[in-house]
Amino acid sequence: MPADPTTLDDTPDTSCRLDPESAQWVRTLCGSGAEREAAVVRLHELLLRVARGEVRRRSGLLGADGPELDDLAHQAAADALLAITSKIGQFRGESRFSTWAYKFVIFEVSSKIGRHFWRRPQVPLDAEEWERLPDRFGLDPAREAEWRELITALRRAVETELTERQRQVFVEIVLKGVPLDALVARLGSNRNAIYKTMFDARRKLRTALAAHGYPYDNTSEQR
Amino acid sequence: MNDMSALDHFLHTDAQDVGCGQAMEMLHVYAELAATNAEAAEARYPGLAAHLRACGPCEEDLEGLLAAITGPRL
Repeated sequence: MPADPTTLDDTPDTSCRLDPESAQWVRTLCGSGAEREAAVVRLHELLLRVARGEVRRRSGLLGADGPELDDLAHQAAADALLAITSKIGQFRGESRFSTWAYKFVIFEVSSKIGRHFWRRPQVPLDAEEWERLPDRFGLDPAREAEWRELITALRRAVETELTERQRQVFVEIVLKGVPLDALVARLGSNRNAIYKTMFDARRKLRTALAAHGYPYDNTSEQR
Repeated sequence: MNDMSALDHFLHTDAQDVGCGQAMEMLHVYAELAATNAEAAEARYPGLAAHLRACGPCEEDLEGLLAAITGPRL
């Protein structure tokens, strides 16, 4: 259990009517003294339970063992507690307090798993990046005659239509198979920015392929 | 070509997709509704639902949040 580093100077915007449990959480966490301390301890216990469940649920992707998973869960719970207590003024009562609070610990687990990706031994690349693209998209080698030309056009579009940043993100995520959250951690970015970069890249590629006669039409998909 | 579904899915972009920022902001509200009625959640928040169909990390977070809130309560 970490020391409680927070001081609450926000008044929660609970313009929505709170259910009794949520109201109790907000009242005690915004309070002071022993009652608040007990609420913080109780909240940390619950966050840790959720974090442990979540790292177990995702353990197949982690390549980590029991103690390492538990350490990750502890870190996620501690950071989520810090975020929740410092942002409780933003809780608007649109959901139960518990649902809002659990969201923070789920996000922390995602972020920590993304960072953990780079601590695993990386498998040396044994083929040219572009040679792995058909496999990434599940294309049947026996039907190469059907997709080879399209993949060539896609590669050309990646090289000529995308910005350097879009190309970098495409290569990491699509060709190298780097998880989005892992790329976020390595680039010091955020999930929204990387997703938007990839979203715009996908739209450009679809437009480029359509311009070359492939059956992709973007006219109703502008964002 | 009958072998292109993954590539088609990758290239498809939905104009309603709200992006990760808005999705993460509202995920707790969406999850609480989806826990009892997934179709109602999709109908009420179509932009968020469109995003969740396209974004693996946000969809994974939703699955985790659903698992948390349908487990033992606070």
